[in-house]
Amino acid sequence: MKSLKKWWPTPIRSLFLFLVWLLLNNSVEFFHLFFGVVLAWLIPQLIHKFRLVQPGMKSPGTALRYGLMVLWDIVVANMQVVRLVVGPNKRLRPAFIKVPLDLKDNLSITFLASTVSLTPGTVSAEVSPLNAGGDEPRYLLVHVLDLADEAELIQQIKERYEAPLKEIF
Amino acid sequence: MSWLEWLVALLAVAGSLFVLLGSVALVKLPDFYTRLHGPTKATTLGLGALVLASMVYFNFVKGELNVQQLLIALFLFITAPITAHMLVKAALHLKLKTSAQTSGKQNADL
Amino acid sequence: MLDLILQGCFCVVGLALLMNLYAAIRGPSVIDRLLALDTMYINSIALLLLYGIYLRTSLNFEVALLIAMLGFVSTVAVCKFLLRGDIIE
Repeated sequence: MKSLKKWWPTPIRSLFLFLVWLLLNNSVEFFHLFFGVVLAWLIPQLIHKFRLVQPGMKSPGTALRYGLMVLWDIVVANMQVVRLVVGPNKRLRPAFIKVPLDLKDNLSITFLASTVSLTPGTVSAEVSPLNAGGDEPRYLLVHVLDLADEAELIQQIKERYEAPLKEIF
Repeated sequence: MSWLEWLVALLAVAGSLFVLLGSVALVKLPDFYTRLHGPTKATTLGLGALVLASMVYFNFVKGELNVQQLLIALFLFITAPITAHMLVKAALHLKLKTSAQTSGKQNADL
Repeated sequence: MLDLILQGCFCVVGLALLMNLYAAIRGPSVIDRLLALDTMYINSIALLLLYGIYLRTSLNFEVALLIAMLGFVSTVAVCKFLLRGDIIE
Protein backbone atom coordinates (compact mmCIF):
# COMPACT_ATOMS: atom_id res chain seq x y z
CA MET A 1 0.00 0.00 0.00
CA LYS A 2 2.78 2.38 0.91
CA SER A 3 4.71 1.74 -2.28
CA LEU A 4 1.51 2.24 -4.26
CA LYS A 5 1.16 5.68 -2.68
CA LYS A 6 4.79 6.41 -3.52
CA TRP A 7 4.51 5.43 -7.16
CA TRP A 8 1.08 6.91 -7.83
CA PRO A 9 0.72 9.90 -5.49
CA THR A 10 -2.43 11.22 -7.19
CA PRO A 11 -4.31 8.37 -8.87
CA ILE A 12 -7.21 10.46 -10.21
CA ARG A 13 -4.87 12.93 -11.84
CA SER A 14 -2.88 10.06 -13.38
CA LEU A 15 -6.05 8.55 -14.79
CA PHE A 16 -7.08 11.93 -16.18
CA LEU A 17 -3.69 12.42 -17.85
CA PHE A 18 -3.87 8.94 -19.33
CA LEU A 19 -7.32 9.58 -20.79
CA VAL A 20 -6.34 12.98 -22.19
CA TRP A 21 -3.29 11.39 -23.84
CA LEU A 22 -5.48 8.79 -25.51
CA LEU A 23 -7.96 11.47 -26.63
CA LEU A 24 -5.10 13.52 -28.02
CA ASN A 25 -3.83 10.61 -30.08
CA ASN A 26 -7.31 9.38 -30.88
CA SER A 27 -6.32 5.70 -30.78
CA VAL A 28 -5.91 2.77 -28.42
CA GLU A 29 -2.90 1.14 -30.03
CA PHE A 30 -0.42 -0.58 -27.75
CA PHE A 31 2.24 2.10 -28.18
CA HIS A 32 -0.10 4.91 -27.21
CA LEU A 33 -1.39 2.96 -24.22
CA PHE A 34 2.18 2.31 -23.08
CA PHE A 35 3.32 5.89 -23.51
CA GLY A 36 0.15 7.12 -21.80
CA VAL A 37 0.98 5.03 -18.75
CA VAL A 38 4.54 6.36 -18.74
CA LEU A 39 3.33 9.98 -18.90
CA ALA A 40 0.64 9.38 -16.28
CA TRP A 41 3.38 8.14 -13.96
CA LEU A 42 6.09 10.68 -14.83
CA ILE A 43 4.16 13.97 -14.77
CA PRO A 44 2.63 13.56 -11.27
CA GLN A 45 6.09 12.53 -9.98
CA LEU A 46 7.65 15.67 -11.43
CA ILE A 47 5.04 18.12 -10.16
CA HIS A 48 4.34 16.43 -6.84
CA LYS A 49 6.48 18.81 -4.83
CA PHE A 50 4.75 21.94 -6.17
CA ARG A 51 1.27 20.61 -5.54
CA LEU A 52 -1.21 22.56 -3.42
CA VAL A 53 -3.38 20.23 -1.45
CA GLN A 54 -7.00 20.65 -2.56
CA PRO A 55 -10.03 19.36 -0.74
CA GLY A 56 -11.45 16.16 -2.18
CA MET A 57 -14.92 15.75 -3.60
CA LYS A 58 -17.47 14.72 -1.00
CA SER A 59 -20.40 13.76 -3.17
CA PRO A 60 -19.72 12.90 -6.83
CA GLY A 61 -23.47 12.55 -7.52
CA THR A 62 -24.11 16.17 -6.64
CA ALA A 63 -21.12 17.19 -8.74
CA LEU A 64 -22.52 15.40 -11.78
CA ARG A 65 -25.96 16.95 -11.29
CA TYR A 66 -24.34 20.35 -10.84
CA GLY A 67 -22.40 19.98 -14.12
CA LEU A 68 -25.51 19.02 -16.08
CA MET A 69 -27.49 21.87 -14.53
CA VAL A 70 -24.80 24.37 -15.49
CA LEU A 71 -24.75 23.09 -19.09
CA TRP A 72 -28.52 23.42 -19.28
CA ASP A 73 -28.38 26.94 -17.80
CA ILE A 74 -25.78 27.96 -20.38
CA VAL A 75 -28.08 26.95 -23.23
CA VAL A 76 -31.29 28.42 -21.79
CA ALA A 77 -29.88 31.71 -20.59
CA ASN A 78 -28.05 32.33 -23.88
CA MET A 79 -31.46 32.86 -25.44
CA GLN A 80 -32.02 35.81 -23.09
CA VAL A 81 -28.67 37.27 -24.08
CA VAL A 82 -29.67 37.03 -27.75
CA ARG A 83 -32.63 39.27 -26.99
CA LEU A 84 -30.51 41.72 -24.99
CA VAL A 85 -27.76 41.99 -27.59
CA VAL A 86 -30.05 42.40 -30.57
CA GLY A 87 -32.32 44.92 -28.78
CA PRO A 88 -31.47 48.61 -28.41
CA ASN A 89 -28.50 49.54 -26.22
CA LYS A 90 -30.52 52.03 -24.17
CA ARG A 91 -32.59 49.25 -22.65
CA LEU A 92 -29.56 47.62 -21.03
CA ARG A 93 -29.02 48.14 -17.33
CA PRO A 94 -25.39 47.12 -16.73
CA ALA A 95 -24.19 47.09 -13.15
CA PHE A 96 -21.43 45.97 -10.79
CA ILE A 97 -22.65 44.08 -7.77
CA LYS A 98 -20.95 42.45 -4.80
CA VAL A 99 -21.92 38.91 -3.90
CA PRO A 100 -20.82 37.93 -0.40
CA LEU A 101 -19.25 34.47 -0.32
CA ASP A 102 -19.85 31.71 2.17
CA LEU A 103 -17.35 29.38 0.52
CA LYS A 104 -13.95 29.29 2.17
CA ASP A 105 -11.37 27.47 0.08
CA ASN A 106 -9.93 28.66 -3.21
CA LEU A 107 -10.94 25.69 -5.35
CA SER A 108 -14.66 26.02 -4.74
CA ILE A 109 -14.52 29.78 -5.18
CA THR A 110 -12.80 29.19 -8.52
CA PHE A 111 -15.60 26.86 -9.53
CA LEU A 112 -18.24 29.39 -8.48
CA ALA A 113 -16.53 32.23 -10.36
CA SER A 114 -16.19 30.12 -13.52
CA THR A 115 -19.84 29.11 -13.36
CA VAL A 116 -20.94 32.71 -12.91
CA SER A 117 -18.83 33.71 -15.91
CA LEU A 118 -20.22 30.98 -18.16
CA THR A 119 -23.87 31.53 -17.34
CA PRO A 120 -24.97 34.47 -19.46
CA GLY A 121 -25.73 37.89 -18.10
CA THR A 122 -22.96 37.81 -15.52
CA VAL A 123 -19.15 37.91 -15.56
CA SER A 124 -17.20 37.53 -12.35
CA ALA A 125 -14.62 40.26 -12.12
CA GLU A 126 -12.73 39.94 -8.89
CA VAL A 127 -12.49 38.02 -5.66
CA SER A 128 -11.42 40.18 -2.80
CA PRO A 129 -9.58 40.14 -0.56
CA LEU A 130 -7.54 37.74 -2.67
CA ASN A 131 -5.57 35.90 0.00
CA ALA A 132 -7.75 36.08 3.05
CA GLY A 133 -6.74 33.74 5.82
CA GLY A 134 -9.32 32.17 8.07
CA ASP A 135 -12.71 33.76 8.65
CA GLU A 136 -12.34 37.12 6.96
CA PRO A 137 -15.43 37.73 4.81
CA ARG A 138 -14.80 37.66 1.08
CA TYR A 139 -16.96 38.79 -1.77
CA LEU A 140 -17.18 38.25 -5.51
CA LEU A 141 -17.44 41.30 -7.75
CA VAL A 142 -19.83 40.53 -10.60
CA HIS A 143 -20.62 42.56 -13.70
CA VAL A 144 -24.22 42.12 -14.84
CA LEU A 145 -25.42 42.91 -18.35
CA ASP A 146 -29.02 43.65 -17.45
CA LEU A 147 -29.81 44.03 -13.77
CA ALA A 148 -33.47 43.89 -12.74
CA ASP A 149 -33.22 43.36 -8.99
CA GLU A 150 -29.92 43.18 -7.14
CA ALA A 151 -31.12 41.28 -4.08
CA GLU A 152 -32.92 38.72 -6.22
CA LEU A 153 -29.86 38.03 -8.37
CA ILE A 154 -27.61 37.59 -5.34
CA GLN A 155 -30.20 35.24 -3.86
CA GLN A 156 -30.31 33.27 -7.11
CA ILE A 157 -26.54 32.88 -7.36
CA LYS A 158 -26.31 31.78 -3.74
CA GLU A 159 -29.13 29.27 -3.92
CA ARG A 160 -28.58 27.85 -7.36
CA TYR A 161 -24.79 27.67 -7.56
CA GLU A 162 -23.20 28.22 -4.17
CA ALA A 163 -25.36 25.80 -2.18
CA PRO A 164 -24.53 22.68 -4.30
CA LEU A 165 -20.84 23.66 -4.31
CA LYS A 166 -20.93 23.76 -0.52
CA GLU A 167 -22.25 20.22 -0.59
CA ILE A 168 -19.64 18.99 -3.06
CA PHE A 169 -16.54 20.27 -1.28
CA MET B 1 -29.89 13.35 -47.07
CA SER B 2 -30.46 11.28 -43.94
CA TRP B 3 -31.81 12.73 -40.72
CA LEU B 4 -28.37 12.49 -39.15
CA GLU B 5 -27.02 14.80 -41.81
CA TRP B 6 -29.90 17.19 -41.16
CA LEU B 7 -28.93 17.12 -37.48
CA VAL B 8 -25.34 18.00 -38.42
CA ALA B 9 -26.61 20.85 -40.60
CA LEU B 10 -28.88 22.17 -37.84
CA LEU B 11 -26.08 22.11 -35.26
CA ALA B 12 -23.66 23.77 -37.67
CA VAL B 13 -26.11 26.57 -38.50
CA ALA B 14 -26.99 27.15 -34.83
CA GLY B 15 -23.32 27.15 -33.88
CA SER B 16 -22.28 29.64 -36.53
CA LEU B 17 -25.20 31.93 -35.68
CA PHE B 18 -24.12 31.98 -32.03
CA VAL B 19 -20.54 32.72 -33.09
CA LEU B 20 -21.86 35.62 -35.17
CA LEU B 21 -23.91 36.84 -32.22
CA GLY B 22 -20.76 37.01 -30.08
CA SER B 23 -19.10 39.23 -32.67
CA VAL B 24 -22.21 41.41 -33.04
CA ALA B 25 -22.12 41.97 -29.28
CA LEU B 26 -18.43 42.87 -29.57
CA VAL B 27 -19.15 45.57 -32.16
CA LYS B 28 -22.47 46.91 -30.95
CA LEU B 29 -22.42 47.19 -27.16
CA PRO B 30 -21.36 50.49 -25.55
CA ASP B 31 -18.41 49.77 -23.23
CA PHE B 32 -15.78 47.11 -22.57
CA TYR B 33 -17.49 45.45 -19.64
CA THR B 34 -20.70 44.82 -21.58
CA ARG B 35 -18.80 43.78 -24.70
CA LEU B 36 -17.09 41.05 -22.75
CA HIS B 37 -20.39 39.22 -22.31
CA GLY B 38 -20.69 38.34 -26.00
CA PRO B 39 -17.41 36.53 -26.69
CA THR B 40 -17.22 34.65 -23.40
CA LYS B 41 -20.63 33.02 -23.67
CA ALA B 42 -22.29 33.16 -27.05
CA THR B 43 -19.06 32.24 -28.83
CA THR B 44 -18.28 29.42 -26.41
CA LEU B 45 -21.78 27.98 -26.79
CA GLY B 46 -21.54 28.31 -30.58
CA LEU B 47 -18.27 26.44 -30.61
CA GLY B 48 -19.78 23.77 -28.40
CA ALA B 49 -22.55 23.29 -30.97
CA LEU B 50 -20.00 23.10 -33.80
CA VAL B 51 -17.95 20.49 -31.95
CA LEU B 52 -21.13 18.50 -31.40
CA ALA B 53 -21.92 18.77 -35.11
CA SER B 54 -18.54 17.43 -36.16
CA MET B 55 -18.72 14.69 -33.52
CA VAL B 56 -22.08 13.56 -34.91
CA TYR B 57 -20.74 13.75 -38.45
CA PHE B 58 -17.53 11.78 -37.97
CA ASN B 59 -18.85 9.21 -35.51
CA PHE B 60 -22.27 8.44 -36.95
CA VAL B 61 -22.49 9.62 -40.56
CA LYS B 62 -18.95 8.65 -41.53
CA GLY B 63 -18.80 5.83 -39.02
CA GLU B 64 -15.26 6.18 -37.70
CA LEU B 65 -14.48 6.58 -34.02
CA ASN B 66 -13.24 10.09 -33.50
CA VAL B 67 -13.36 11.71 -30.08
CA GLN B 68 -10.52 14.19 -30.37
CA GLN B 69 -12.92 17.10 -30.83
CA LEU B 70 -14.18 16.54 -27.31
CA LEU B 71 -10.82 17.81 -26.09
CA ILE B 72 -11.30 21.12 -27.94
CA ALA B 73 -14.69 21.69 -26.32
CA LEU B 74 -13.39 20.71 -22.89
CA PHE B 75 -10.40 23.01 -23.18
CA LEU B 76 -12.51 25.96 -24.33
CA PHE B 77 -15.10 25.52 -21.62
CA ILE B 78 -12.35 25.51 -19.00
CA THR B 79 -10.38 28.45 -20.39
CA ALA B 80 -13.17 30.85 -21.44
CA PRO B 81 -14.05 32.01 -17.90
CA ILE B 82 -10.36 32.34 -17.00
CA THR B 83 -9.69 34.55 -20.00
CA ALA B 84 -12.74 36.67 -19.18
CA HIS B 85 -11.64 37.00 -15.57
CA MET B 86 -8.11 38.08 -16.56
CA LEU B 87 -9.47 40.61 -19.05
CA VAL B 88 -11.84 42.19 -16.50
CA LYS B 89 -9.06 42.30 -13.94
CA ALA B 90 -6.79 44.11 -16.38
CA ALA B 91 -9.61 46.49 -17.33
CA LEU B 92 -10.37 47.30 -13.70
CA HIS B 93 -6.66 47.83 -13.07
CA LEU B 94 -6.46 50.33 -15.94
CA LYS B 95 -9.75 51.90 -14.74
CA LEU B 96 -11.48 51.69 -18.11
CA LYS B 97 -14.49 53.96 -18.55
CA THR B 98 -17.94 52.47 -18.18
CA SER B 99 -21.02 53.66 -20.03
CA ALA B 100 -23.18 56.26 -18.25
CA GLN B 101 -26.03 53.90 -17.45
CA THR B 102 -23.89 51.54 -15.38
CA SER B 103 -24.91 51.39 -11.74
CA GLY B 104 -22.91 50.25 -8.74
CA LYS B 105 -19.61 51.78 -9.88
CA GLN B 106 -18.59 52.33 -6.26
CA ASN B 107 -18.49 48.55 -5.86
CA ALA B 108 -15.68 48.37 -8.39
CA ASP B 109 -13.79 51.52 -7.28
CA LEU B 110 -14.31 53.24 -10.61
CA MET C 1 -27.24 19.75 -49.63
CA LEU C 2 -25.00 19.49 -46.57
CA ASP C 3 -22.20 21.09 -48.57
CA LEU C 4 -24.44 24.01 -49.48
CA ILE C 5 -25.48 24.56 -45.85
CA LEU C 6 -21.83 24.36 -44.76
CA GLN C 7 -20.90 27.00 -47.34
CA GLY C 8 -23.58 29.23 -45.83
CA CYS C 9 -22.03 28.65 -42.40
CA PHE C 10 -18.61 29.66 -43.80
CA CYS C 11 -20.14 32.97 -44.84
CA VAL C 12 -21.67 33.56 -41.41
CA VAL C 13 -18.43 32.78 -39.54
CA GLY C 14 -16.46 34.85 -42.07
CA LEU C 15 -18.74 37.79 -41.38
CA ALA C 16 -18.13 37.29 -37.66
CA LEU C 17 -14.36 37.34 -38.29
CA LEU C 18 -14.68 40.60 -40.24
CA MET C 19 -16.64 42.16 -37.39
CA ASN C 20 -13.88 41.10 -35.00
CA LEU C 21 -11.34 42.77 -37.27
CA TYR C 22 -13.40 45.96 -37.20
CA ALA C 23 -13.61 45.81 -33.40
CA ALA C 24 -9.85 45.23 -33.17
CA ILE C 25 -9.11 48.25 -35.37
CA ARG C 26 -11.64 50.52 -33.64
CA GLY C 27 -10.23 49.92 -30.16
CA PRO C 28 -10.60 52.31 -28.27
CA SER C 29 -8.38 50.78 -25.56
CA VAL C 30 -5.76 48.06 -25.55
CA ILE C 31 -8.02 45.63 -23.75
CA ASP C 32 -10.82 46.06 -26.28
CA ARG C 33 -8.35 45.08 -28.98
CA LEU C 34 -7.14 42.14 -26.93
CA LEU C 35 -10.71 40.93 -26.49
CA ALA C 36 -11.33 41.23 -30.23
CA LEU C 37 -8.17 39.22 -30.96
CA ASP C 38 -9.16 36.53 -28.48
CA THR C 39 -12.57 36.25 -30.13
CA MET C 40 -10.82 36.00 -33.47
CA TYR C 41 -8.86 32.99 -32.23
CA ILE C 42 -12.04 31.22 -31.19
CA ASN C 43 -13.82 32.08 -34.43
CA SER C 44 -10.96 30.71 -36.48
CA ILE C 45 -11.30 27.44 -34.55
CA ALA C 46 -14.99 27.46 -35.50
CA LEU C 47 -14.05 27.97 -39.15
CA LEU C 48 -11.53 25.12 -38.99
CA LEU C 49 -14.09 22.74 -37.52
CA LEU C 50 -16.61 23.60 -40.24
CA TYR C 51 -13.94 23.17 -42.90
CA GLY C 52 -13.08 19.79 -41.43
CA ILE C 53 -16.66 18.62 -41.92
CA TYR C 54 -16.70 20.11 -45.42
CA LEU C 55 -13.55 18.26 -46.50
CA ARG C 56 -14.49 15.09 -44.61
CA THR C 57 -11.14 15.04 -42.89
CA SER C 58 -10.25 14.88 -39.22
CA LEU C 59 -6.76 16.32 -39.70
CA ASN C 60 -7.89 19.81 -38.74
CA PHE C 61 -8.61 19.02 -35.12
CA GLU C 62 -5.01 19.06 -34.05
CA VAL C 63 -4.56 22.46 -35.65
CA ALA C 64 -7.68 23.69 -33.85
CA LEU C 65 -6.36 22.41 -30.55
CA LEU C 66 -3.03 24.17 -31.08
CA ILE C 67 -4.78 27.44 -31.92
CA ALA C 68 -6.94 27.12 -28.80
CA MET C 69 -3.90 26.66 -26.56
CA LEU C 70 -1.84 29.42 -28.16
CA GLY C 71 -4.78 31.81 -28.01
CA PHE C 72 -5.41 31.17 -24.35
CA VAL C 73 -1.79 31.44 -23.30
CA SER C 74 -1.09 34.59 -25.29
CA THR C 75 -4.23 36.37 -24.08
CA VAL C 76 -3.45 35.57 -20.46
CA ALA C 77 0.18 36.61 -20.93
CA VAL C 78 -0.80 40.02 -22.30
CA CYS C 79 -3.33 40.46 -19.47
CA LYS C 80 -0.62 39.65 -16.95
CA PHE C 81 1.65 42.17 -18.60
CA LEU C 82 -1.04 44.86 -18.41
CA LEU C 83 -1.70 44.04 -14.77
CA ARG C 84 1.85 43.86 -13.45
CA GLY C 85 4.14 45.11 -16.18
CA ASP C 86 5.83 41.72 -16.04
CA ILE C 87 4.84 38.27 -17.23
CA ILE C 88 6.83 35.89 -15.06
CA GLU C 89 7.16 36.95 -11.47
